[in-house]
Amino acid sequence: MPEVLERHEFFSFPALPLAPVEVDERAARRSLLEQVARLEAELTSLFCSTFPRKDFDWHVGSRGGPRILSLLELEELRDDLAIRLQDNRRALGERTATEERSRALIEEMMLDPAAHRWMRVGNSDIGEPGCKHWHVRPRFGVVGMFMNWWRVRISSGCPLAEGRGHRPRPRLSFH
Amino acid sequence: MSGPVSGWVSPELRDEFPHLGLRYVELVGSPGKTPRPVRERLRVMSNRFTGGKAINTRQQPVPWAYRVFYRQIGIDPDDRRTPIEEVVLERMKLGGFVSRGLPDDALLIATVETGVGMLALDADALDGPPGLRLATAGERLGGKGRRLTPRQIVVADASRAVGVLFGDVAEGSEVRSSTRRLTVAAVRVKGVPEVSVEEALWTVVETLDASPAEPSAGATTSRGTG
Repeated sequence: MPEVLERHEFFSFPALPLAPVEVDERAARRSLLEQVARLEAELTSLFCSTFPRKDFDWHVGSRGGPRILSLLELEELRDDLAIRLQDNRRALGERTATEERSRALIEEMMLDPAAHRWMRVGNSDIGEPGCKHWHVRPRFGVVGMFMNWWRVRISSGCPLAEGRGHRPRPRLSFH
Repeated sequence: MSGPVSGWVSPELRDEFPHLGLRYVELVGSPGKTPRPVRERLRVMSNRFTGGKAINTRQQPVPWAYRVFYRQIGIDPDDRRTPIEEVVLERMKLGGFVSRGLPDDALLIATVETGVGMLALDADALDGPPGLRLATAGERLGGKGRRLTPRQIVVADASRAVGVLFGDVAEGSEVRSSTRRLTVAAVRVKGVPEVSVEEALWTVVETLDASPAEPSAGATTSRGTG
């Protein structure tokens, strides 16, 4: 039996001429284009969700278009979009967790101002637009500090646009 | 009176982007000062466009379709803005849609109303109907302008590239003071309904208060390009 197995001609096949394989990239390209479209949709949606928060990086490099991208370039683009999406999702998740803590802090400040002296939380800390902020301050200034009279002051928001104001009145001069 | 007609798209481009198309209309008219009603319309549109709406623009179907197409052809839409986002950003920066005369204002109104990307060319400078194709090796913009990147997507007529898609227009093909006939074209991509493209073109026609001229010989009159 071993002799039979060692006979190489038993396993050898006559060499057949192989026809060149033509790879049709079209299906792969179509799939990649669809993936790019889907990722762009998710990125767009995430962009709108993050507003008005700042400091997110949305940049996915240009490929020197407008032109038809190669399969490799489409893959790289897809990967870059996926990475950008993942990074921003994580950043938004961390940011919203921080904002949630800030909201809880505002509640605690309101309940016990004396335990949160001079603490200040702004709208930007809770992911809201505007300039409103909550600030724990002593009532009646220094007296309140000594008497331990603390309260939360809520600002009234952003200053109003006032324009350039009145033109300065010409000074009267006597000759 | 004839309506918008379809420009041609090269087979190579059509294979890659089956929904890509160019619809255009030829108009008799020349550039000029924007009349008061059109300026008023721009003012009303400016008031209607708030910051919140500007932020959400990219989520709407037509602007989003252009963003996707920009990505697919290797343009970063946050670097080179899509037509509607460009207009919206300018509105936010300047506090209103600024009048720049006709036909620019007509294109601006059409883009804001429909989100469709448009361009205007001097019809008399075109050699046959416009279309979309890839630039060939060594080709120059407008025949003697700057050198184009091989396989760049260009708007072309029968003899030369008259502009880069969503980019600059060749010198001599743009609308000038001497222009007497305009070719106003709308670029259609996947996700942009045909009706939006038609509406954009008709908005331009109405704003310019012009009647469409007979299309050049060789133009296809079939609806849709996909």
